[in-house]
Amino acid sequence: MPRVHAGNALPRGAEHDDAAPLSIHDLTVAWDRKPVLWDVDLDVPEGVLACIVGPNGAGKSTLIKACLDLVPAVSGEVRVFGKPYRRHRKRVGYVPQRESVDWSFPVSALDVVAMGTYGRLGWLRPLGATQKRQAMEALDRVGLADHASRQISQLSGGQQQRVFLARALVQDADLYLMDEPFASVDAATEQAIVDVLRQLKSQGKTLVVVHHDLQTVPDYFDWAILLNMRVVAAGPVEETFTAEALRNTYGGRLTLLEQAASALGRLGSGGA
Amino acid sequence: MIATGDIVDVLLLREYNTALVVLSTAMLGFAAGCAGTLLLLRKRALLGDVVSHATFPGVVGAFIVMQAMGLDGKHLPGLLVGATASGLAAAWATSALRKATGLKNDAIMGIVLGASFGAGVAMMAIAQGLPGGNQAGLESFIYGKTASMVRDDAIMIGIGTLGVITISTLLCKEFRLLCFDEAFGCSIGRPMTLFDGVLMFVAVAVIVLGLQAVGLILIIALLIIPASAARFWTDRFTWTMCSAGVIGAASGWIGSTISALEAKLPAGAVIVLVCATCFMVSMLAGTRHGLIRRWWRQWRLSRRVLRQHLLRAMHERSPEGTLGVDTLVSMRSWTPGEVRTALRRALGSGDVTQMPDGWRLTEQGRTSGEQIVRNHRLWELFLIHHADIAPSHVDRDADLVEHVLDSQLVARLESLLDASAETPESPHPLEGGAS
Repeated sequence: MPRVHAGNALPRGAEHDDAAPLSIHDLTVAWDRKPVLWDVDLDVPEGVLACIVGPNGAGKSTLIKACLDLVPAVSGEVRVFGKPYRRHRKRVGYVPQRESVDWSFPVSALDVVAMGTYGRLGWLRPLGATQKRQAMEALDRVGLADHASRQISQLSGGQQQRVFLARALVQDADLYLMDEPFASVDAATEQAIVDVLRQLKSQGKTLVVVHHDLQTVPDYFDWAILLNMRVVAAGPVEETFTAEALRNTYGGRLTLLEQAASALGRLGSGGA
Repeated sequence: MIATGDIVDVLLLREYNTALVVLSTAMLGFAAGCAGTLLLLRKRALLGDVVSHATFPGVVGAFIVMQAMGLDGKHLPGLLVGATASGLAAAWATSALRKATGLKNDAIMGIVLGASFGAGVAMMAIAQGLPGGNQAGLESFIYGKTASMVRDDAIMIGIGTLGVITISTLLCKEFRLLCFDEAFGCSIGRPMTLFDGVLMFVAVAVIVLGLQAVGLILIIALLIIPASAARFWTDRFTWTMCSAGVIGAASGWIGSTISALEAKLPAGAVIVLVCATCFMVSMLAGTRHGLIRRWWRQWRLSRRVLRQHLLRAMHERSPEGTLGVDTLVSMRSWTPGEVRTALRRALGSGDVTQMPDGWRLTEQGRTSGEQIVRNHRLWELFLIHHADIAPSHVDRDADLVEHVLDSQLVARLESLLDASAETPESPHPLEGGAS
């Protein structure tokens, strides 16, 4: 795997902060040999509400999934509170993309939220009153307490998104990774979700959120990661969210990087 | 002609051999319903078909090996071990081929199913050539042959069913997570691959147990049909599994009873036909998603919409006055027939009275009409002031929404629009002249 140096958040060779909730070291991820993330290197400090922005195919979801060990890394590593992810699973909450599941599945909103307690519950043990109460409380926090027994297909898109958020709340984590929680939700839901995110931040939690609406970034977030296969900029919003950095992120990829990635991809699929 | 006494005898398991078959197929049906639900919710329904066809080379292979070792080639447990091995191998091959080639799932399944069943048929020719090898009877695994079942088979199926129930109960929560959101399961550190393996093993076990009773071609029906039927009755994961089990068990029981009474009918086929009948009944009468329920609700909604249109039209035109059918027809795009139907029903429910020169709202009809007009106008005002829609366009939108506004939504509209208890003026000219 060729190593391409492309503007990282940290200067090469800089020390990583061991206590950082999320610390990514030279991470490279490839789908079928075609790289989607190149040399991502950054620390997310404690207590920030951070967004990941970038164009389609920039690797935003992949970055989240790589942090959770859901996709294998070609090289580099991710540390959560100074340890590999598998050692600190219980300190991390995850909100996947809404489209990643089949919402006609025969479960109620409460059933889905209760899945957030499975991590602590251990297997073979059935859900008890405690878990159900915790799930109810989380549903209440996102304003869906009276929808608890609804089958999930009867919920609107925004409500489904809030069910996923409630499931992450039940995980009672210190670091939250969220994949497009604002995707196709109505204005009221967006406000409800933002309120919950701010609440979590005020409790000292760290949040990393994949976001697609650039206009709301300065309003909602205090930290930003501008991503397009490599990290264009990462840091406090007022420093990183500049017109130039955005142009670098969205205005035409580094063509050389793109071409090299495609070439590697063709190699992977048998050199067509 | 079958005597009533015979039917009762068979249903109540009074005859030993029939009782054995009926009980075994009922247990098998239950296990298949549970396992089928898991396969279906995991979106792997057709993998069951691949596995069942792939058991055939395992059966024939086990026969050849046992014969070559000088054992009884038709020793059933031996044959079933062979079937399990080749079934699991096919399930593994399917996922391995998908990962290695990136071909689409349906293509891969077609390849594995065809190749493995073809291998089985070819191996039959070898089995025939073996000295002293009487392979006759191996074909019964293709179509199933309940008549050949003995007490040991029933015990085996019983143990298998208990195993399926135990595993499904213990791992219920994990299977639910696996089928609904595998990635989330991985993120919290659950061994999802292990659970997936257990799920596949349960499915293969049920298929192998069903080979004798239903045969490898039709066992897929026993897995998929009860599970699909169950979805019409419930929206809960556990209940889907239980109902599928019950539907499967009932189909096994009734199907093998029919086949016991009319010996020419093969049990496997009859069981599957009973399953299909259960599916039809569930599709129509299911209490959650059945078609009858859906039709009934649509019919009720259309009745309510028609009534509200009538009351609103009459109230907007003239709350106290008498109106003719022609006037009402001119007020919106509906046919004179619809208006007469609406009036006839409204007369029955006491919303209108018939006068010599037309129709008039009763006190009750006026109150309801007032309410409907108010909801309609509140929604129009909301659209104009909060959704930036031109006044000339709001009428049709409100026309749809007014029927679904419940008291909670109306209360929110009122507070948002700061509306008094009075009915607001219409924001646009009313059709057919304002009142």
